[in-house]
Formats: sequence, C-alpha cells, structure tokens
Amino acid sequence: MARIDLVDLAHSYDGGNADPSSFALKPTSMTWRQGGAYALLGPSGCGKTTLLNIISGIVKPSRGKVLFDGRDVMALTTQQRNIAQVFQFPVIYDTMTVGENLAFPLKNRGVGRAEIDARVHEIAKLLDLVPQLDRKASRLTADAKQKISLGRGLVRADVAAVLFDEPLTVIDPALKWELRSKLKVLHRALDLTMIYVTHDQTEALTFADTVVVMHEGSVVQTGTPEELFLRPDHTFVGYFIGSPGMNVLPAEVEGRQARIAGHELSLARSYGGLPPGARIEVGIRPEFVSLAAAAPGLLAARIERIDDLGRSRFAHVRVGDLKIAARVPRGLSLGGNEAGLIFEPAHIHVYADQRRVEGAA
Amino acid sequence: MEKIPNQKAWLLVLPVFAIVAFSAVIPLMTVVNYSVQDTFGNNKFFWNGVGWYQELLDPSTELGGRFFASLWRNLAFSGAVLAIQIPLGIIVALAMPREGWGVAFSLVVLALPLLIPWNVVGTIWQIFGRSDIGLMGWGLNRLGFDYNYVANPIDAWLTIIIMDVWHWSSLVALLCYAGLKSIPEAYYQAASIDGASRWAVFTAIQLPKMRHVLVIAILLRFMDSFMIYTEPFVVTGGGPGNSTTFLSIELVKLALGQFDLGKAAAMSIVYMLIIIIVCWVFFTVMTNAGADRKGAGGER
Repeated sequence: MARIDLVDLAHSYDGGNADPSSFALKPTSMTWRQGGAYALLGPSGCGKTTLLNIISGIVKPSRGKVLFDGRDVMALTTQQRNIAQVFQFPVIYDTMTVGENLAFPLKNRGVGRAEIDARVHEIAKLLDLVPQLDRKASRLTADAKQKISLGRGLVRADVAAVLFDEPLTVIDPALKWELRSKLKVLHRALDLTMIYVTHDQTEALTFADTVVVMHEGSVVQTGTPEELFLRPDHTFVGYFIGSPGMNVLPAEVEGRQARIAGHELSLARSYGGLPPGARIEVGIRPEFVSLAAAAPGLLAARIERIDDLGRSRFAHVRVGDLKIAARVPRGLSLGGNEAGLIFEPAHIHVYADQRRVEGAA
Repeated sequence: MEKIPNQKAWLLVLPVFAIVAFSAVIPLMTVVNYSVQDTFGNNKFFWNGVGWYQELLDPSTELGGRFFASLWRNLAFSGAVLAIQIPLGIIVALAMPREGWGVAFSLVVLALPLLIPWNVVGTIWQIFGRSDIGLMGWGLNRLGFDYNYVANPIDAWLTIIIMDVWHWSSLVALLCYAGLKSIPEAYYQAASIDGASRWAVFTAIQLPKMRHVLVIAILLRFMDSFMIYTEPFVVTGGGPGNSTTFLSIELVKLALGQFDLGKAAAMSIVYMLIIIIVCWVFFTVMTNAGADRKGAGGER
C-alpha cells in the first residue's frame, strides 16, 4: 500500500562510471500511484526487468533513489521493503504442499495461524487452487506451479506493491487469457499496486490502466492504452504497439503541408518551429491509411501483399522505396497492383528525431 | 510384415559380451568355484558345498567371529565417515564463493586431496601421526595429550577417520557445490521476497535441490569406505590388535596371509552381496521417492 516514486534512477551493470549511453537503465523519474495497475512494456533487453528489480531491491541502482510514500527505501533490503514479486519461471518450494507454499511468505513474517489459513484459502480460491492445497507442489504441472508463484505474490495483504516479471511466459495461451483476467479481478478485489513487466503488447494493454513503454533503457511514453495507440510520443511506441505497427515515413514538413516521396499531404495542425537539422518523419497508423483505386491526387502505390487478419485486411504497399501498411476497406476490389492511398489528416503525427512534435491548431 | 533377420547386431554385441566375460563373469565364477571347494594345493580340490558359508555366517566359529567383528567395525567406520563427511561437505559447499577468482582457487584446493594416491595418503598420515617424528603426533604429545595410534585403538580410529575425512570430504563438497550452482538465481530472489530466513532458504531450497547429488555422494562414500583397504593398512596395518581390521583387511589376511582360499572366496562373495544389496536398496528408495516428481511432467 504505497505510492512509489523513482527519482533520477539509473543503472549500469558495469558500475556507475560506465559510459552513460551503455546504461541498462537511463536516468528515469516516475511515480506509481497506490492501487494502480501498471504495465512495463518493451522488447527484451530494454531495461524493464532491471527497473523492476531496482524497485524490489534485488538490484542496487548506480544512481538515484526509490521512495515508498515519500520515504527513501534505498537502505532497505527486499524483505524490509515489503514487496511481492513473481518471476518469469515458476519458483516453488519442492518439499512443501501447495498450501504450505502459499503460506510461506506469511509464516516467515510471523502471521498468526488462523489468519494464514484464511488468507491462503482466499487466494487459493481466486486462483482455483483449492483442490490441490494438500498436494505436493513439486508434482504439479508448470501452469499450476506458476499459479502457486502468483499466489505467493498475492497472499500478503499489506505489500507495498506486487511486481510481475513476465509471469505468463510458461503458461499455455488458453490459460494465459484466463489468468490475465484473473489478475485483473484480483487487482480490483485486493486494492494492490501491481506492476506487470511484459514484452507482449496484448498482455500489457489488457492488464494495465497505465502502460509504460521502455526502449533502450529509457521510458519513451507513459499513458493509457488509448493514448499509446492514438498519440504515440515516440516512433518506437508507434512501431512497437499496434499490429501492424505505425507507418513512419521520412518527410519534409512546412506549416500545414508535408511532402512524402514527392507527394503533398495536408496536415490537421500546423508545425512551425521544427528544430533545424533534426530528422523529420511523419507517422500514421495503418488503421488511418486506406487503400483506394488509383486516382489523380492520391499517393500512388504498388500492392505487394494483403494480410487478412479476419476482422480487417491490411495491404503492404510500396511507394518508391517506402513501405507502407494500409487498411483495405471492406468491399474494395482492385483490378491490378496499382492503388492510391488516402490519409486521415487528424491522425498524422510529426516526429523530429523520433520524438513527437505538438502541432499548433 | 515379415521381419528381415539381420545377424549383424551380434557383431556389435559380442565384443561387449567378451569384455564383460573376461573382466567380470569369469573372475567372479572362479571365486564362486573356490568358495564351494577346499584345496590343499597341487590343484587338488574337494567339494565342500555351502560349508564355508555356514561357517562364515555362524558367529560362534572362528571364521564367523572374525567376519562379524570386522563387519561391525566396518559398518561403524562407514557410519562415522558418512556422518562427518556429508554435513561437512554441505557446509564447505555452502561457504564456497559463487563467482570471481575464488571459485577456481577453491576448486583446485578442494581437488588436491582427491588427486593423491591412496597409499601416499596413508604414508602421509602414518608419518604425520607418529609421536616421535610426526608433526601432529609429536605436537599433540607436546601439548600434553597422550596420543599414540600404534598402541591406543581410539587414537588409531581417530587417525583413520580424520585421514578419510581429509581425503574424501572434498568429493562431497564438490558434488554439493555442483548441485548448488544449478539452482536458478530466481529461487534466492523469491525466497528473499518471501522473507525466508537463511535456515529456511537452506531447508526449503538448497537441501531439496541438492538431493540428487547427495544420493550420489552418499552412495560413493558408502561404497568406498566399506571397501577401504590401503590407507588403514598403511597407517595401522589393522592394529593395534584387530581394532582397525576392516573387512577387506581381514579378507586379505585370510586369502594371502593364511592361504585359506575357500574361506576367503566365501567371504568375498558375501562381502560383495552386502555392498550390492545396500546400494540397491538405498538407490531404489531414493529414486522412487524422486520418480513420481518427474511423473508430473512439470519439472523444469
């Protein structure tokens, strides 16, 4: 039960004097609100596990500090920080039963027998582990073992936060859905702060209220799933979230006009003071580019392939050297490979050196 | 479908049969042959049936008395050795560094005693313990202890047990260290998050994960200590009196000292059966206890 503040946190596994660009975690400041459901999303090696381990105290950061409810916890051990953490692979105590496994964190903290029993039963019920409570944990399947690990993370009511480090990696897909929605239910029922690390956007977007996207050691955007989708602050967010990812195209931008591959596009907002010398790109999600029959005034494209995702179809087209993904409207039929592209101006974003530039109305 | 007979497999199997026959079956049958006959030399044999076995297993006879006395001595020795070396090996393994230059250093230091030939180990301790010129024996006497392994059975036992601990605890430690190294870091992290004490980490994580290597360590140390010959032979020669005469020393006395080949052969067979049965029972019990764990299919 705590608000967690990260203040100028940075970490390098080679020590604090290493080259700053090689840091596993670049200087980061952030606040995690009590009771929030957060996801830390990013590809492997982007520093998300490092960040998690710093919060729990497994890793000592090279710089900066972590505050729980305003109190500096840097000198505290993992135990004293009162954090729960669930790891990527199931960790179970082989010699104990399922019930003893769930009770272990409580027993170590000297909680009373009656309270342990009540709490273990509550968690076991939420995770459907009641029938297995008296079985040896080592005899269960990997799925069930990971449920035990989750249960041990959730069993303490008074933890500052529960940290999940890609907890569903070993779970098979059908159960993944179930467990994820269960976590969501648990989050509401238990009023715990949960931080969920994953490289899977679906997992992040379905679990969290707030998604924190990390890239090469820094946080590139924090926001709701909708914000990440509609207004990616960084070209990486656009590319990493969404399937297919955002089209990022080199462009020249002047005021309300953008020029892509020699084609003029009008923008919804005006971009006056773009930093000189910066790499200017425009980004637009494939959902907001639609394919049409080739016509004068439309950006001419050659279709390379069409992916049918069931609910929608996306065309991968080529404009000169540029590759663009575009939505194929229902009922559109084209004669040959030639087509035109229609862009929705409101959803075109302008990026300078990969960062989104806010346009003027 | 008709199977096509292919006799080529015999070519692959026969060499193995031949090797096993010459290395194990034929020598063993020779011993069996001796154990049911009596011989007075000149290659003359007289059928004795199970006579030697009856005598051997009857503690009231001279042969049976000697056999059981050395058997109990040997069991006591193996028990003492296991009781010291297994806990000591675990403690040493837990204390060993996990990374850095200390790893290689401690591995080399631990491996050193294992590389020394048995009779050299015996000689080292024989001299080390001598009360006139040995550093340990002389030192203990100078400190006021009346230590003399040549005359005092307790001193002789202590010397041999300490020697064996010195020689073989490293093996247990190295095996346990390998077991400890295989525990993923996440287990320790989870334990610290779960608030486990050092003792709880040991009993809930480290000991269960070392189980398999401990089974092997106990088996190896039991067999080795139950068959010990060279070191006590070099240090005490089985004495003082018969106090350190273990089974194999007794056997050699019988076979080569007295040339009682029939009795010695019967004793060899019983000796071998004891070792096989103890190891089989122990191994079966331990692997059965572990087998149903693997049956769940969830073992990572």
